Amino acid sequence: MKFFRSHVLVSVDPQCLDMGAHEIVDALNDELVAWGLIDEVQVLETSRLGDPARFGPDLVVYPENVHYANLGVDDIPYLVEEHFLKGRIVEKFRAKETVVTDDELGAPKAKEVRIVLRNCGKIDPHNIEEYIAEDGYQALANALTSMTPEQVIDEVMRSGLRGRGGAGFPAARKWQLCRQVPDGPKYLTCNADEGDPGAFMNRRVLESDPHSVVEGMILAAYAIGASLGYIYCRAEYPIAVANLNVAIEQAREFGFLGQNIFGTDFSFDLEVRMGAGAFVCGEETALIASIEGKRGEPRPRPPFPAVKGVWGKPTNNNNVETYAVVPQILLKGADWYAAMGTEKSKGTKTFAIAGDVVNTGLIEVPFGLSLREVIFDVGGGIKDNKKFKAIQTGGPMGGCLVEEHLDLPLDYEALTAAGSMMGSGGLIIMDDETCMVDIARFFMEFTQEESCGKCTPCRVGTRRILDILEKICNGKGTLADIDQLELLCEEVMKNSLCGLGQGAPNPVISTLKHFREEYIAHVVDKKCPAKVCRALIRYEVIAPTCTGCTVCARNCPVEAISGERRQVHVIDEKTCIRCGICAQVCNFDAIAVLS
Amino acid sequence: MTETPAPTTEHELCENKRAALDAIIAQHRDRPGALMVILNETQKQVGYVSEPMQRYVAKKMRVPVSAVHGVVTFYSFFTTQPRGKHTIKFCMGTACYVGGVPQLIEKAKQLTGSDIGQTTPDGQLTMEVCRCVGACSQAPVVTVDDEVVGRVKPNKFPQLIKKLLES
Repeated sequence: MKFFRSHVLVSVDPQCLDMGAHEIVDALNDELVAWGLIDEVQVLETSRLGDPARFGPDLVVYPENVHYANLGVDDIPYLVEEHFLKGRIVEKFRAKETVVTDDELGAPKAKEVRIVLRNCGKIDPHNIEEYIAEDGYQALANALTSMTPEQVIDEVMRSGLRGRGGAGFPAARKWQLCRQVPDGPKYLTCNADEGDPGAFMNRRVLESDPHSVVEGMILAAYAIGASLGYIYCRAEYPIAVANLNVAIEQAREFGFLGQNIFGTDFSFDLEVRMGAGAFVCGEETALIASIEGKRGEPRPRPPFPAVKGVWGKPTNNNNVETYAVVPQILLKGADWYAAMGTEKSKGTKTFAIAGDVVNTGLIEVPFGLSLREVIFDVGGGIKDNKKFKAIQTGGPMGGCLVEEHLDLPLDYEALTAAGSMMGSGGLIIMDDETCMVDIARFFMEFTQEESCGKCTPCRVGTRRILDILEKICNGKGTLADIDQLELLCEEVMKNSLCGLGQGAPNPVISTLKHFREEYIAHVVDKKCPAKVCRALIRYEVIAPTCTGCTVCARNCPVEAISGERRQVHVIDEKTCIRCGICAQVCNFDAIAVLS
Repeated sequence: MTETPAPTTEHELCENKRAALDAIIAQHRDRPGALMVILNETQKQVGYVSEPMQRYVAKKMRVPVSAVHGVVTFYSFFTTQPRGKHTIKFCMGTACYVGGVPQLIEKAKQLTGSDIGQTTPDGQLTMEVCRCVGACSQAPVVTVDDEVVGRVKPNKFPQLIKKLLES
């Protein structure tokens, strides 16, 4: 592997490409060759560095961490001569403001421990040598040459690693079950069908550190005796698919995949299979059906995939994050891993925080941190100094938790006991301007649409629940509807075939439990307390504040706003569709929402 | 299903499409579970999987047309109609939903005169909603021909739409 004294990361964000980012890369390389510096300075292409509208074509130089912005091709000769030849930072090209270079991850925040995300943003995912330099494939070499498959299972068992897909089943126990089945050949599947809205932990790992997943899968395959593995990745993640394919190809070249790995008699290969936009394929039996080229419909379990999986053969299925952490456990030991977390939930977990919180993005924290610490210490608190209202954990099949739950430790058992679940790791934080009935409706709309239709409770039940929620949001609900809602939720939960239907009522049940008064306000007072539900609100111009700038009238999609320049404007309630664009674009906060 | 599928004839598809399908099928047919792979490739290369194309794939793969049709209609990525020259997809993940995508959709409908799921009459632009693209920290997000455009501002958005309608 070559060593460079300096790395130049050039943003090739689509907007920067439009502004000539590739020409800048070429110019940099030409200049570096001309000065004989090409073996000392490496030019790399990377994703967005800062807002392209403000920073134009830009680049960052490491290790100095200098951000040059708004560059043109003509600036490059001077820049290269000054910075790389003479070692002087060119102040006139430097970005005026500092930006976070990676808006998903950034630098580790307080209380973060990065194990799964350790390499993300640090290594080039297209270069296996960079992964190897970070101790990559060392665990594999150790395991294959000095450990039996049983010892690998034993070590992972002692670490306490639980499946990161959501259910939290001990990973090594699953491997053991699959290993013990006498039938063969055995298969391995990796669930990379991360479909929960607001969750993107797996995407980031697959895009930025695909080799950790590949290595983890080879180790798991060795443990259970599998000969072929499938990574089932959702079609919405084209970059992840591309990077995985590069990683697999390189792993083959290096002999980590294929026949007789490390000269042993263990052979294993990997293949990426792409989904096609069906959320239910995250359920393991549906995922297997999809790999087989069929409709992704779940089937009853047992038999579990460990007995009858892909092509009817024993199959072990784990989540991206579960596999990605395995090499680290084998490298650093089960005791090291088990020292983090709580009694029953060991190690760390990645979360995607989204919604009304200051630091949105990815975090990785040890289990046992309280929700309060996650939201206020790691997440930086609620945006715009608003008040915390609720947090949705576990995605669309999870539940919401409120103020009284803030001191709960984040672990599998505590969240389940509180009426939510760990899920894959999406955390959506909501402030007091969020309507909980609308949120329940939003999640139900999602699950209803993604219901595969195989079993009646889910197919019909989710539709009926959604109908009632829409009725309530439209101000046409009655108290009897709320009772009906509760009954339906219970039936759908009890009688559905797979996790999608069983979990679908959760957002409704938990919002009814914690925010029943909001439902009552919708049906009895015909008011939406958070001023969100369109049928129950109206927009009005605050006359003394309005300057008559006409911005609202020009942006209104239905021309419901009238008024002369410099005169107070008026919104015609009959034409208004309550889209809220006027309030968004008004520079003087002169538009009020009333309910 | 009331309509009876017409018998497959070689003349149903134009020369180009048949050649494209033949190449895709030849490349992948021996892989186990090839149907999904072949349909994914077809969607990517041809842009849609029409009923004549489904019949052609079924015949070549020696599986019932119903099996192919079942898979095509199950997954939201497969479309049976050609798309416009450009496709804009509005992310309906939670962060984008809360972050203003519904307002962007209203604006787009007004500017194009078309609804979600439709293509403008001149075949220029198809508008769709999609599932979370996983770029939540950049909400609100739309994708334009598979490129993610984040932090879309309501006042800049009309320019984006106009550019797509004209280029």
